Amino acid sequence: MDATRRQILKGAGLLLILGARANPDAAPEAAGAAAEGAYNPHEHLWGMTIDIEKCIGCGNCVRACAQENDVPEEYFRTWIERYEIEGGDLEHPKVSSPDGGKHGFPPSSETTTKQFFVPKLCNHCQESPCVQVCPVGATFDSPDGVVLVDESYCLGCRYCVQACPYGCRYIHPKKMTVDKCTLCYHRITKGLTTACCEACPTQARVLADLKNPADPVHVFLRENKVQVLKPHMATRSKVYYRALDGAVR
Amino acid sequence: MMTPVPGVEGFMYPNEVELQWSLLIVLYPYITGLVAGAFILASLERVFRVKAVKPTYRLALLTALAFLLVAPLPLQLHLGHPERSFEMYLTPHRSSAMAMFGFVYLWYLLVVLLAEIWLDYRADIVRMAAVETGWRRWLYRALTLGSMNISEEARAVDDRVGYWITIIGIPSAFLLHGYVGFIFGSVKANAWWSTPLMPIVFLFSAMVSGIAAVMLLYMAAMYMQGKKVDMLCLDTIAKYLFFVFLIDFSLEMLDLVHRIYEADESFRSLDFMVHSRLWTSQVVIQIVLGTCVPLALLAAVLVWRFSETARKRMYVAAGLLTLVGIFAMRWNVVIGGQLFSKSYLGYTSYKLDFATREGLLPAIVLMLLPFAILWALVKLLPPWKPEEGDRDGVCPAAP
Repeated sequence: MDATRRQILKGAGLLLILGARANPDAAPEAAGAAAEGAYNPHEHLWGMTIDIEKCIGCGNCVRACAQENDVPEEYFRTWIERYEIEGGDLEHPKVSSPDGGKHGFPPSSETTTKQFFVPKLCNHCQESPCVQVCPVGATFDSPDGVVLVDESYCLGCRYCVQACPYGCRYIHPKKMTVDKCTLCYHRITKGLTTACCEACPTQARVLADLKNPADPVHVFLRENKVQVLKPHMATRSKVYYRALDGAVR
Repeated sequence: MMTPVPGVEGFMYPNEVELQWSLLIVLYPYITGLVAGAFILASLERVFRVKAVKPTYRLALLTALAFLLVAPLPLQLHLGHPERSFEMYLTPHRSSAMAMFGFVYLWYLLVVLLAEIWLDYRADIVRMAAVETGWRRWLYRALTLGSMNISEEARAVDDRVGYWITIIGIPSAFLLHGYVGFIFGSVKANAWWSTPLMPIVFLFSAMVSGIAAVMLLYMAAMYMQGKKVDMLCLDTIAKYLFFVFLIDFSLEMLDLVHRIYEADESFRSLDFMVHSRLWTSQVVIQIVLGTCVPLALLAAVLVWRFSETARKRMYVAAGLLTLVGIFAMRWNVVIGGQLFSKSYLGYTSYKLDFATREGLLPAIVLMLLPFAILWALVKLLPPWKPEEGDRDGVCPAAP
């Protein structure tokens, strides 16, 4: 993801200028037609839905993300955790994520536990603690609701890494700037889905456009009991989980 | 694939294994704490008219300056892109607690500390510009900033302005270090840091460390010059150290008791950490050796009578232990806050390198640097008359 904040703002500005130049007196439909096909970030609000019951822990998403985004070894923009819970002991789940679940999981030795997989990624919060703390605004909310990093601007102070409640950020060992999931911004702005969603064989993870009334996310949210991670953090996460167990943190 | 990650126990989110803030970030609040504490000790004499501590007034100001000049260096060294740090001045992000550091720092350095030191020393500088020779003469001339009038009236103006700057300086010192506490205390994702008590705990611990440092430096300076220590001054500083330390300790215990009694979701994890990875640095070094022992020593002096020599030894022991204890406190906050997973299911460990950018060697150099700067400052701007070191020996320009 090479898009910087300047590029995105420039793009948004350009669209406005183009729209204005097309014909200031023309009807809105005409202006819309002029800009047809161009991506307008203000028309979208991106998030993701994750169905825990559909995730099989295959690791396709982790591998696809690493390949698509050139994620350095031992760091993760997305990863999978396996939870094993004995009885009702929600306080002491056994959690593992070998190599971020990139290569799947070995068979569990436990036979009497409840088991499930939880894919994790940046929650693209609407009240992002990471955006709040960045001293120069290198981490920012795009107009379409994606939390991005301008790596040409990031100081590498790591305050945002500390502020993220979900452990989604890391310092890129070569660039020495912070790195994280961009929701494949370079893809979704071209009408594609994210690499992880595309690679998911069970559609456990699905990209969601919350501003698009025709997006299946609305049915998903209406028909299922959903939860976000760590709701007490009040970050207004946009990654919605179905069948999220209370033991997950 | 289930190979355990070295140094990790239980489950950490995969990106959490590596610690983000190192020993250098431990030094940052430690050094700024010494600055704020030293300045507040100086203000005791200037604003609150505690005449007994007058012999340490100028030394405290110079100590604050020496440490303040070094304060940004650990941050600079730590940044992934130090060459971009000026962006914090040019395009600060207003919602970020960290973005204000540069401004708070510059305010404190330029408006408070340098102005107060210059006003206090101005008459001395003018005199030295007249009597010194060679490059020193030119240096002192430059330091006068062209203000050569040292008449009684002019010095009265210096004194008045200096007094008001100190009054501004006290909340500024509070701001400088309370703000550092806020940087940690406002991280809601981190249960170890996230407490509204953090700024106030940082502030009082800053005063404790600054007072202890100036007390030791004063004794060392007198010893090195073969002069007699002013015991009234020393006893007064020790008394202030004791009471401020008591408040600091009470606040920290309040935080601890509150955490134990509330026992929220993070408690089990943090409790385990204190009883394992932080046992030595928190319980043994910070609480027992670095707090209880110096408090006991200082309390003993207040309760019983001791000879002058015994008191001096007790103050040296209490001062050194205090500085070690406050350093341990900074360590336990900064490093301790990163040893546990935000999932509360696992723990990582901190491996301190030696000769790397954020290793032990640069940390030692950074801790020695303020003392070298202080030595040069004391040579340039002597806090005492050459022949005397007690209260009567304070340079005439001092109020």
